[in-house]
Amino acid sequence: MTTVQAPSTRSAGAVLGLVAGRTAAYAGVCVLVVFFALPLLWLVLTPFSPTPSYRATLSGFTLDNFDNLLSNPQTWPSIRNSLYLATGSSVLVITLAALAAYALSRVRIPGRDQLLYALLLLSSIVTGTAAMVPIFLMLFQLGLIDRQVGVVLVLSGGLLPAAVFMLKDFVDSIPRSYEESARVFGASPSQILRHIVLPVIRPGMATVGVWALVQVWGNFLVPYVLLSNPSKQPAAVVMYTFYDAGGQPNFALISTFALVYSIPVVVLYLFVNRRYGFAFQGGIKG
Amino acid sequence: MASVTLTELAKQYPNGVRGVDGVDLEIGDGEFFALLGPSGCGKTTLLRTLAGLETATEGRIDIGDRDVTTVPPGERDVAMVFQDYALFPHMTVSDNVAYPLRIQKVGKDERSRRALETARGLSLGALMERRPAQLSGGQQQRVALARAIACHPQVFLFDEPLSNLDARLRLEARTFLKQLQRSLGVTTVFVTHDQAEALAMADRMAVMDSGRIRQVGTPREVFQRPANTFVANFIGATPMNLLDAQVVRGQLDFGGFTLPVPESATGVAEGDKVVYGVRPEYMGCAAGPVDGAVRGEVRAVENLGVNVLVTVDAGEQSLRAVVPEADEPDLGDTAYLSPAPGRVLLYRADGDGELISA
Repeated sequence: MTTVQAPSTRSAGAVLGLVAGRTAAYAGVCVLVVFFALPLLWLVLTPFSPTPSYRATLSGFTLDNFDNLLSNPQTWPSIRNSLYLATGSSVLVITLAALAAYALSRVRIPGRDQLLYALLLLSSIVTGTAAMVPIFLMLFQLGLIDRQVGVVLVLSGGLLPAAVFMLKDFVDSIPRSYEESARVFGASPSQILRHIVLPVIRPGMATVGVWALVQVWGNFLVPYVLLSNPSKQPAAVVMYTFYDAGGQPNFALISTFALVYSIPVVVLYLFVNRRYGFAFQGGIKG
Repeated sequence: MASVTLTELAKQYPNGVRGVDGVDLEIGDGEFFALLGPSGCGKTTLLRTLAGLETATEGRIDIGDRDVTTVPPGERDVAMVFQDYALFPHMTVSDNVAYPLRIQKVGKDERSRRALETARGLSLGALMERRPAQLSGGQQQRVALARAIACHPQVFLFDEPLSNLDARLRLEARTFLKQLQRSLGVTTVFVTHDQAEALAMADRMAVMDSGRIRQVGTPREVFQRPANTFVANFIGATPMNLLDAQVVRGQLDFGGFTLPVPESATGVAEGDKVVYGVRPEYMGCAAGPVDGAVRGEVRAVENLGVNVLVTVDAGEQSLRAVVPEADEPDLGDTAYLSPAPGRVLLYRADGDGELISA
């Protein structure tokens, strides 16, 4: 017994220290949680509040804000524009990335990995602020300013390297014997792609598709710079215009619109997650 | 159905390695032919070249009376079963088996009917709607076979067909595969690294090493009369006794004991260095003196079930014999080993270690 008690009395101070440490850690975590949870709470509560402000309060319940939003002439067109830009870019990115990933996975070209890494690094510049002026000038010369196709092309270009990188991992994990087996049965390269490679990497394509969709859905800068006609602007840009005459933000419209705006993304995420499950098979290889 | 003829076939990789190095081979119509060799000997490369997945850099391949050397894989009229079976994971058994027919543009109803018919023959009828991941290893193998059979090829190519099965299932699958090949009568080439598998299944076999064929023959020929020391060493459950000897005064001198030159080897001259080969299975082991036997001391006794593998040290040499369990000697005993008459083979000690025969 003495041998058991001796260490426990000695460590009483240590236990106290441990408790204090844990308390401090939990307190820190709580602050962080509040920090991240408050905006979400605001997003859920404010649209139903009769007196919306920058504070998240439980001051009654009303659906007037939604009436207000629906009667705003810009609401539906902007959501439709967002859908158009997001699905357009997503489909373009999946199509091109799947073809490129298959080719890059199966064909040996010198410097392939370096090329991929370089593209990945550069892509963050294309959709970033730094390249906005040259991109604007380029699209101006191509006559693509104030056209949604231009926005789709720019955003897809920026997303493609990362999409190719992710999908290549999926293609790399397909045993070559699948394709060789099909080849011996007489399948052409396009049949191999359609019958075997694409169906096998479908979960990867779903993941990349949703990722691209969310990226475009939330992108503000590119459509803001490239589209000047308000009837062509997506929701992310239109939300920025919800200020009253005095320059004060219209919290009723902004909060309600923000909620409506985020619903499609959440629904899509849940749908794809249920159908395919998000998975990255290989992870990023060094 | 067709014969397969390979003429001076070679496959050189861009880095200069010759995976297949000048192979001449004739595989008869309907024959079950094994390509046997250690890993990296080029047997799989040879099979893949035959399938068209690798292009031959030299020589030609004929299937039937058609030169297919440059014909793409899909038009060679061969079907290949891969080591990992390569079943498409997103397709049901039915779709997998029907896949070759889908490529041949057979109608949907017709191909599922034919897939079911083929699959029934391999007792897969009840599994048609399963996915490959829901099947056992043996079932997966049968699906891969059914898929190969469904396209009615002239030649089957099997790459290590049994290596993904566990030991007990492998024996069953071996018998099954042999019966299946016999009943279909389709020319079949299969690759294996397991000499027991090749001996058990093949009508004829080729033993390969470093891209070359070292011996072609029936399993019996290859087992009883290996053409060189490589084949002698590779074939057999227990390795062959290969002892260095020199011809001295018409006798084989092993350094410590002598044995007579076997009658079959008339091509040896005084002073020749040779390798004396005899299988442990063809070695008699007695406790008392026997005429023409090697006297030695028992160094190791290994139980093989019905038999016992006895290792005996004699002079500077070490010999092995397989003896019935009733005659098992004790460690340290003196034993007299005598090779069975007519079972001794002499090989040249230099060059490729070729068999010396009359």
